Amino acid sequence: AGGGGAAANPDPLITEVQPWATGLGAGVDATPYGLPIEYEADVIRRNVPWLTADVISSINFTPIHALDGTITPQGCAFERHHSGAIDMRKEDYRLMINGLVDTPLVFTYADLERFPRVNHTYFLECAANTGMEWAGAQLNGAQFTHGMIHNMEYTGVPLRTLLEEAGIQPSARWIYVEGADASSNGRSIPLEKALDDVLVAFRANGEALRMEHGYPVRLCVPGWEGNMWVKWLRRVEVMDRPVESREETSKYTDTLADGTSRKWTWVMDAKSIITSPSPQSPIVHGHGPLVIAGLAWSGRGAIERVDVSLDGGRNWQSARLAAPPQPMALTRFYLEIEWDGSEMLLQSRAIDSTGYVQPTKAQLREVRGLNSIYHNNCIQTWWIKPDGEAENVEVS
Amino acid sequence: EKLGLGRPALPEEIAAWDVDVSPDGAGLPPGSGSVADGEVLFSENCAVCHGEFAEGVDNWPKLAGGDGTLAREDPLKTVGSYWPYLSTVWDYVHRTMPFGGAQTLSDDEVYAIVAYILYSNYLVDDEFVLSQENFLEVEMPNAGGFIVDDRDGVEVPRFSQPPCMNDCKDSVGITMRAAVLDVTPDETAAGETASEAVQVAVAETTVPAAASAPDPALVAQGEKVFRECAACHRIGEGATHRVGPILTGVYMRAAAQAEGFRYSPAMTEAGEGGLLWDQTTLDAYLERPADVVPRGRMSFRGLSEPGDREAVIAYLRSFSE
Repeated sequence: AGGGGAAANPDPLITEVQPWATGLGAGVDATPYGLPIEYEADVIRRNVPWLTADVISSINFTPIHALDGTITPQGCAFERHHSGAIDMRKEDYRLMINGLVDTPLVFTYADLERFPRVNHTYFLECAANTGMEWAGAQLNGAQFTHGMIHNMEYTGVPLRTLLEEAGIQPSARWIYVEGADASSNGRSIPLEKALDDVLVAFRANGEALRMEHGYPVRLCVPGWEGNMWVKWLRRVEVMDRPVESREETSKYTDTLADGTSRKWTWVMDAKSIITSPSPQSPIVHGHGPLVIAGLAWSGRGAIERVDVSLDGGRNWQSARLAAPPQPMALTRFYLEIEWDGSEMLLQSRAIDSTGYVQPTKAQLREVRGLNSIYHNNCIQTWWIKPDGEAENVEVS
Repeated sequence: EKLGLGRPALPEEIAAWDVDVSPDGAGLPPGSGSVADGEVLFSENCAVCHGEFAEGVDNWPKLAGGDGTLAREDPLKTVGSYWPYLSTVWDYVHRTMPFGGAQTLSDDEVYAIVAYILYSNYLVDDEFVLSQENFLEVEMPNAGGFIVDDRDGVEVPRFSQPPCMNDCKDSVGITMRAAVLDVTPDETAAGETASEAVQVAVAETTVPAAASAPDPALVAQGEKVFRECAACHRIGEGATHRVGPILTGVYMRAAAQAEGFRYSPAMTEAGEGGLLWDQTTLDAYLERPADVVPRGRMSFRGLSEPGDREAVIAYLRSFSE
């Protein structure tokens, strides 16, 4: 017997023949490239207009509160542009490798497709994700507090393969990567990382990259801040020093309480977030079985364990990981509970394969103060009220 | 093992793309520019976003001020108060600015604008001329204000202790609530706007098109071309002035008529002189702005393809009827 109460009357959805059970549905090719059904129209990227001066140089947020599993569909994966998303044909694409190499080279898109390819799933998190929460609980929704992240399966060529094709000279220590758009977004990356796992990617989740994610070619820098994942990648210069470009000096540097600033803070620390229930995804089913769902990730390796607290961090229990965690990729966790309708202060805490434990806001503020902007990986608290509504709060 | 793919890059190709400038001055081209020239150039190219004195407009970056604020609440990070290297300023202005017109400034103009930014931060006097020769002599106040990421030493040991599982604190209370600030965008706004837009589109298509209405295919093509304009201009319902004026209704209207926009004297004069934005004048202006309005402020290189101009004019027309 079912656990719910008995129905007073037969359900007409069952007892009456419904239109979809008697008439015909859409034929094939009704939508040659399919879009989500209209009832899912609220699962979209959203932006916070007061954050930036103009939508051309701005950011929006992935609706993580409304997604499950780990792969982010490209169509709702967050966007960040500095001079807008550009429209470039594959035929017009060129990649140059120059600097401290034996032979500076130019590749076309077709050339890239002839190199041996690899597939890897990686998260991309903007260094500013959760950055609005340093001084206090501010934005009411997981999409806005933690939605500057996506996770895709990339297909591409290891950068190492391309660098070796050009021949790296002994004095090389760094690479400088830049995009083809008007922002000229450029970042310096140590050669060691470039030769380790950096990927020149041209597909995500099996299909071509979307325009807003750098079509036709972007860089993947696994585990490191999203700004380094240069879109519309057009040039890799092998160098003996960093360029200290605008995006690695005036931005993406983290100011501490005493006014000095950390630079080259590339790696993304271990972090987790409960995606449901959360302010945009309240409990609407009343008491009884409740699935608590969330995401965890670390730029230093794989997720080892995720703990969940229902009482604001007094007591913790380990959540169930949905699949074996992969390094530098999102891990889905679940905790199934019986909810009796009492208030909860929900938190999650990620522990990665190096033993690093996601810190509380207080612990982070103690080291960094309130002005870092970037790299806020603190434990988040959702206040679940008796009616199932949720709110972003801070707790003692 | 090499596959022999790709081809050698030609020296001209490397020269065209390898223009980054490093802190030691490597990559700087010969040239110079004065504070006085920079003030004029800054006013023409930069002030719409950054303010006449580099003090910033709206949410656009402030480039001057902020001395001694880095250790305070809400530090003001400007070229003067924060940027460690002058090379970064030169490199960024040269490659990325002005917004919507990147790579249109000459090397000497870049030197002059950088000189003016230094002057607006009280780092040089009004007689100063910045050049390749004296570039490394300029001292940046916050050059010593950065340390290399020390999280591995400072944070990782502290955050790698076995975590407490039970009775970790005596009590828990809520200390701050997001609902008090109430700055979160309306959850359903995007969806509602989308469905309203669909409704409007449906309503419009049921109205018989006027004989003179622009070809919808051309309008659609023009919408794509308009992306080149969109960095500075907005169009349609709810549009606001940006670097350039709103373009809703511009077709078949006199020049310099968008309410609330501060036009250049040259554009205002052209409007008073009877310049009307019709097919012919718009076509000429979009091809070479300076030929139609000399000394106007639109720093746009122009649309050389006649087809692009025809399409974008059709797109503008679609907001005028």
